[in-house]
Amino acid sequence: MITIAWRQRLADNGQATGVCVILLALVCLGLLRYDNFGSAYNLSSFLNYNAMFVLISLGMCLVIITGGIDLSVGTVAALSSVTAAYASPLGLVPALLAGLATGLAAGLVNALMITRLHIPPFIATLASLLAAKGTALIISGNQTVPVDWASGFTRLGMESIGGLLPWSFAITLVVGAGLWWLLEQRPIGRTMLAVGDNEEAAHLMGLPARKAKTLAYLISGGCAGLSGVFLASGFGAGQPLEGLGWELTAIAAVVVGGTLLTGGKGSLVATLIGALMLGLIFNLLNFENGLGTFNLSAYWQMVIRGAFLFVVIAIQVQITRTRNSG
Amino acid sequence: MTALIDMRDIHKRFGGTVALDGASLTIAPGEVHALIGQNGAGKSTLIKVLTGVYALTSGEILLDGQPITFSGPRRAQQAGVATIYQELNLVPLRSVTENMMMGFEPLHWWGGIDWPRAHRRARSVLGELGVDIDVRRPLSEYSTAIQQLVAIGRAVSQRVKLVIMDEPTSSLDEREVARLFEVIRLLKSQGTSVLFVSHFLEELYAVCDCATIMRNGATVEQRTLSETPRLELVASMLGRAAADIQASGTTSFRDLSIDADETLLEVEDLATTKGLRQASLEVRQGEMVGLGGLLGAGRSEVARALFGLDRATQGEMRLAGRAYAPRHTRDAIAAGVALLSEDRKVEGIIPGMSVRENMTLPLLGSLSRRGVIQRRRERELAEHFIEALQIKTASMEQPIGQLSGGNQQKVLLARWLATHPRLLILDEPTRGVDIGAKREIQRIVQDYQARGGAVLMISSEFEELAEGAQRVVIMHEGHATRVLDNPGLTEDALVTAIATAQHDRGDGDRHDDGAPPQAAPLPDHQETAP
Repeated sequence: MITIAWRQRLADNGQATGVCVILLALVCLGLLRYDNFGSAYNLSSFLNYNAMFVLISLGMCLVIITGGIDLSVGTVAALSSVTAAYASPLGLVPALLAGLATGLAAGLVNALMITRLHIPPFIATLASLLAAKGTALIISGNQTVPVDWASGFTRLGMESIGGLLPWSFAITLVVGAGLWWLLEQRPIGRTMLAVGDNEEAAHLMGLPARKAKTLAYLISGGCAGLSGVFLASGFGAGQPLEGLGWELTAIAAVVVGGTLLTGGKGSLVATLIGALMLGLIFNLLNFENGLGTFNLSAYWQMVIRGAFLFVVIAIQVQITRTRNSG
Repeated sequence: MTALIDMRDIHKRFGGTVALDGASLTIAPGEVHALIGQNGAGKSTLIKVLTGVYALTSGEILLDGQPITFSGPRRAQQAGVATIYQELNLVPLRSVTENMMMGFEPLHWWGGIDWPRAHRRARSVLGELGVDIDVRRPLSEYSTAIQQLVAIGRAVSQRVKLVIMDEPTSSLDEREVARLFEVIRLLKSQGTSVLFVSHFLEELYAVCDCATIMRNGATVEQRTLSETPRLELVASMLGRAAADIQASGTTSFRDLSIDADETLLEVEDLATTKGLRQASLEVRQGEMVGLGGLLGAGRSEVARALFGLDRATQGEMRLAGRAYAPRHTRDAIAAGVALLSEDRKVEGIIPGMSVRENMTLPLLGSLSRRGVIQRRRERELAEHFIEALQIKTASMEQPIGQLSGGNQQKVLLARWLATHPRLLILDEPTRGVDIGAKREIQRIVQDYQARGGAVLMISSEFEELAEGAQRVVIMHEGHATRVLDNPGLTEDALVTAIATAQHDRGDGDRHDDGAPPQAAPLPDHQETAP
């Protein structure tokens, strides 16, 4: 009986379990094969760099759960990095708020286009992708925007707690916990899932469907904004040209985490692990290049990441199938 | 006493189509009120106006004597009107508890959902309905009947003044219906009104106080049920004189004894991966064989196995004397087997496509010449069946989703008839279909039988089985337990047989080789359409 309950739980969380196992396997591989893989420096720089991707993946996860998509996250992050850089002389908090507000504004525009004008999410957010990119280039004059180092803004993206846990990642974890609470514990989170599963039913049940969708895009925009703040802070400059293809990385992380692209089902925890796993592959490939046995170009790294993504998803489909037939 | 709900002179237009044309409805507090009418009479539209899904074009709604407009379903719920819709409107991937509590979740003081309390409440409400399930599992893991009961549980668990039930019994078995009626009586005793929509007259008389009859988007009259004979009610609904119906009723009885000796289908000790344990049956040409039993007895599983959806693990099927082992629905169709499935919304129709396209989709291969669809032949075919089956549609280009349930079912029937099947399997063909359309569907099936077609019919309506089938095979827990022969088959005999069904637990004459039968070359049965 206990075994059955345990197996049921495992099967229900098959996706999360699957990515977790693969993540651990990759970590073990890294620890065994490369000398400095387990060093505090590698850990903190890995977490610091990937905080940006984890953030946008979490926001993307909520949007996908409602049955939508947000293609604008990458360029919104780039735009936010520019506004945060411009605000950096005012201090850390104002810069952070400036970036966050930029992201939230973009999210609000997306939400309005989708819930009021009934533009399909794919098209609406594609439009904001282009608009955000253009705006970033205009206000930055097609140049990186240096931040004010004296104001302490760069501490956010360059310093760690105890040399291990970067501030950026710590903040990401707090945001993630808040989102988890919202999704799993608050009625509005349940409504997001219901909307993605069967929007008509959610509407007829009298659930605040429009509010739930609006909130999802706002959160996704906010996450992209925050990720832009980390970008500017970590690289010491607003980066108007960054963020290309980030949305695809985020979607990949969400999918690897077992969230249904059709909505209605998904896990923030698995998304977090998925985003870390995708980052870890880059990290490992960099170490492999460092060994000098063979040298992989960035293009080959992309191919390997693609192949890896394919394998992970194929495995997960198998797990899900076993569950449904068993 | 002020009426709880008073809808006056309601009009509703969708573009150029008039859906409601002077409808009215008055429900007293604590009253169980039936809303009846044929498909397309405007019942569902009236309900959606009442629940705020549609805004009305003109008219007035009074709640407790006060004029009110519901801007959406949420407002209606807050005002105390809960609804169980005909097409199950739930979120299948979420848990049973969530489906029942969503929008009314019990919260902790700090704002989180109090899951233990939510689960307890869901369990206790379902307990009253006689359902004992793990409420934490996703809803999709449970049967349609359980889902229906969950929808009912959701509505009755809210403190409401009026519960609207649109065909709540269409997927419930008798025991569950009885339980639902107890709940309705409980609601009534608590002063809650119930608006009950159903095609089953027995149910209306069993539980309702009075009835509002609708025809063509307007309210015809309101009657007290205890003072209205059934025939008058049906007559009023159909807009005909009672005497006419009686006359046509007597002529519809047929001589069911046919001298069919050509056996078309033989199934022996069939077992499948999906719950069928040991089923044997036989269908002869021109014959209708019924499958009787409770929900989950394995009736649909027989259909699935015959249509190549589930694999046989044991036993044998023979079609027209040749071994038959479909591995895929394609094999079944090629062998001349057709299945009209239970859930037409999910498995049958493509709502956005036209009547013509829905009818000819599986036939396009035979309608094509050198890979090009011959539009003229396609149109002729569609015209032929719309005419022959009297499908009520504006034109063959109307999206099928806009048709009433009965007419959608006829289009699906036409789709299969056009393939000239040798065996037609019908799974609850008249569910959710009004009396008029039901009779027509039965007539179409009889014509098909008269031309030598064989029918295997699954129906939860004993009357339908007793009237139409030459033989009824009783199923119980995946076993075929008994065969009842017609003539001599009555509804009572069927009920008794199903209620007392028990399969022989010994495995007396099971085949020694447990291997599935070898696939035999399938007979070439691809014919062209008329």
